[in-house]
Amino acid sequence: MKRAMLSMAILVAGTVTATAAEIAPNDVVFNDGAVETPLTDKPGDPAAGRKVVGTKSLGNCVACHQVSEMSDVPFHGEIGPSLDGAGDRYTEAELRAIIADAKKVFPDTVMPSFYKTGPYIRPGKAFTGKAPDGPLPPLLSAQQIEDVVAYLKTLKE
Amino acid sequence: MKKRVTLKGAAAAAMATAVFAAGTSVLAEQDPTVKEMVVNGEEVMTVVADPQPGVSELDKLYDGWLFRSEETQALQMDDFENPGMIFVEQAEEMWNTVEGSEGKSCASCHGDPSSMKGVRATYPKMSPSLGKLATIEMEVNNCRENRMGAEPWKYTGGKMTAMNALITLQSRGMPVDVKVDDAVRANWEHGKELYYARTGQLELSCANCHEQHYGERIRADMLSQGQINGFPAYRLKNGKLNSVHARFKGCVRDTRAETYKPGSQAFIDLELYVATRGNGLSVTGPSVRN
Ligand code: HEC
Ligand code: HEC
Ligand code: HEC
Repeated sequence: MKRAMLSMAILVAGTVTATAAEIAPNDVVFNDGAVETPLTDKPGDPAAGRKVVGTKSLGNCVACHQVSEMSDVPFHGEIGPSLDGAGDRYTEAELRAIIADAKKVFPDTVMPSFYKTGPYIRPGKAFTGKAPDGPLPPLLSAQQIEDVVAYLKTLKE
Repeated sequence: MKKRVTLKGAAAAAMATAVFAAGTSVLAEQDPTVKEMVVNGEEVMTVVADPQPGVSELDKLYDGWLFRSEETQALQMDDFENPGMIFVEQAEEMWNTVEGSEGKSCASCHGDPSSMKGVRATYPKMSPSLGKLATIEMEVNNCRENRMGAEPWKYTGGKMTAMNALITLQSRGMPVDVKVDDAVRANWEHGKELYYARTGQLELSCANCHEQHYGERIRADMLSQGQINGFPAYRLKNGKLNSVHARFKGCVRDTRAETYKPGSQAFIDLELYVATRGNGLSVTGPSVRN
């Protein structure tokens, strides 16, 4: 019994240290359309970011954006501008701000806020149409945001 | 929330037609003018209309048909090709079938289905016998439960939607003319509020997609104005007739939101509001969609 409690305590402590390196959604500092501080200690991985951008269950960015480099993924949308050359148009800090919470950069934009935990109007459990079981995690994790930033930086004209 | 590029929708719709028809990009040769919908070679539908002032931010109204591929458009222009008509035939049979404790069919009281001419064009509206804003589905179940002594049909079920298609067909070609008087104004305001509310974790409103971005592709789908003058809609995707509330439910779900239930007050009010956004377009249901 005592031993079980002890290992639980260690587990909890372990979780805390693992997330300590992350900036929580509510603590992200937006300054003039930019977020200077990376959300995690681990540098973003462009390959992982590319997957997030093209995958429906992850970022699904291609639902709204065309990306020429990503012609292996079918059906790119045209709701937002093409992401070609995004790495030239924006600094890393600006890209981080756009992806974390586009509404802080383009007021009223239709682009979803990917690093936010609410408040929402009638939040649901993913695409089930049902109420969520509890508080919703942000659409993308801190690391996924950094990965997407790293990928967008590779999109040069 | 005005759409930035006026008329872009129609042009883009015409272009979409070209893309789908050819499978590749022969956009250039396409006539950019909006096509005409003529059903069975004789019934001309109004698929472009001027909006009623004060209802929406739309500059022009476009039937959802304009945004579909040429093949899908063709199916809707010929009743022998329109798969929705199979369900209309089934509904004609149901219309004449005696059911319930009173030993009556729809025909016993309403005569021929053509007695329903004009009904679809004005619904939802205040129902004298129900004493509240009613959809066609509510009227049908009111008759079944309280006038025939029969079991109500499921709101978005196959029988109900088929019967709705039969009733709708009687008004095909008539302009949608849904009224907002004092008795239903609060419902209309509520529906409008729902239309512009950014729901779910994606925080998207109906207007974000269907008012600000119609004529543009979201993933593989060309966004229309989300009009309901073509409902019920036969969808090639699920091989059946789809009711207005079933479509609403799917759209709300896609914003990663908790949806409302078909037949709920929220969706009844939303239907009233969306219907008035299409006032002036022809009733074109049952339509064909992808
Ligand atoms: C629902 C549609 C939608 C989705 C999904 C979406 N965006 Fe956007 N995005 C937009 C729109 C619209 C804009 C233009 C900003 C505005 O509203 O003025 C935009 C702007 C941008 C910009 C700035 C582009 C420029 O050149 O100015 C970037 C970068 C961007 N989005 C990246 C992403 C990434 C990465 C994702 C996925 C994680 C994503 N977007 C998902 C709609 C979307
Ligand atoms: C016992 C007679 C009776 C039967 C049977 C009956 N109805 Fe009705 N129905 C009425 C009456 C009465 C009204 C309200 C007055 C009116 O609008 O004609 C009505 C109204 C309606 C309305 C609204 C019409 C409008 O103008 O607003 C619809 C739709 C409808 N019925 C459909 C049906 C269908 C479908 C069936 C069969 C499933 C059916 N009814 C069976 C008597 C009947
Ligand atoms: C994320 C974008 C999006 C949002 C938000 C959205 N829809 Fe849709 N809706 C679609 C797509 C995609 C289709 C299928 C193509 C089309 O007709 O636009 C569609 C189709 C429809 C149709 C069928 C139109 C026809 O002619 O067949 C209706 C009606 C509709 N939506 C209503 C609504 C309503 C009401 C809301 C708000 C509760 C809503 N939509 C929110 C994307 C959206």
